[in-house]
Amino acid sequence: MCTYQTEKLEVSGSGKGPEGWFPLSSATVYFDHPSHYLAEHSLNIDFLNLDDGVQSRVAVELDPVSARGLAQAILETLQTVEQLFG
Amino acid sequence: MTDSLRAETVRITGHGGDDIEAYLAQPLDEGHFGGVVVIHHMPGYDEGMKEITRRFAAHGYLAILPNLYSREAPGASPDDAAAIARALGGVPDERLVGDVQGAIRFLTSLGTSNGRFATIGYCSGGRQSFLAACSLPLQAAVDCYGAFVVGTPPPDSPVKIRPIVDMTKDLSCPLLGLFGADDKYPSPEHVVELEEALKRAGKTYEFHSYQGAGHGFFSPERPGYRPEAAKEGWQRIWGFFGRYLVASDA
Repeated sequence: MCTYQTEKLEVSGSGKGPEGWFPLSSATVYFDHPSHYLAEHSLNIDFLNLDDGVQSRVAVELDPVSARGLAQAILETLQTVEQLFG
Repeated sequence: MTDSLRAETVRITGHGGDDIEAYLAQPLDEGHFGGVVVIHHMPGYDEGMKEITRRFAAHGYLAILPNLYSREAPGASPDDAAAIARALGGVPDERLVGDVQGAIRFLTSLGTSNGRFATIGYCSGGRQSFLAACSLPLQAAVDCYGAFVVGTPPPDSPVKIRPIVDMTKDLSCPLLGLFGADDKYPSPEHVVELEEALKRAGKTYEFHSYQGAGHGFFSPERPGYRPEAAKEGWQRIWGFFGRYLVASDA
């Protein structure tokens, strides 16, 4: 189904889209029909700058196992960094 | 069927008087034709939906596919537009109805309409097809596996969509429902719940559930594609529209 479920959060950073680097303002995370990945549903992440226009988007579509692996890798990296730099 | 048709992007007046994009496909034969408003699914106003729109024209109908994301992302690729629209909260129900109404007005303005109109939608569009048929005077409506026509999300669910089975009493036309028996949203139980609501309201309906098919079985580019169910489903659509969209003197 179309799940309608969307987590939306403000983010700070930069993303590289089809027209180059741009400042990020928000990200959406949702489990829904992918546009490219061949699956009924995938864990989709859009990094956006809604003030910039539709070209300012970095999109990924992941299978759930990969998405969990990515989430874990992000947390482990941040934990390691915190240990190194305080 | 006809092998002479024209398909093109047009501008129509949608909800709130907004100028929005739409994809129009029409037979070039002489005569007057039933009209079909095709409602795209959440992934967007894409090549697959435009192919479906052309298919209706090839079968002798005026067909129009409003771009429900025109306002949020004009000129964007379908997946970019869908992402932006999702980030901005999606398509409000009231706006959907207004855009469908605008699409019908546009078909009427062509001068080749027979005054009979239907909506058809897939997935989220299935729910919206039902919504439009409960909000506007139509001659037919098709719901292809639309989730959340019935079914209440759990209290703590982040799903922000309102089930609309309470609108069944206002359904203006016969309803064709095409569902996958393996689908979870809508599940076979959801389909039964909708069927019971239609019976209680004394509405005309025709439901078909396909064994071995789940959600999205009409889409050739998706893993859920089921050619047998899709072929049978299309035959049901042609029979249904033949009964309700074709004028008796055609």
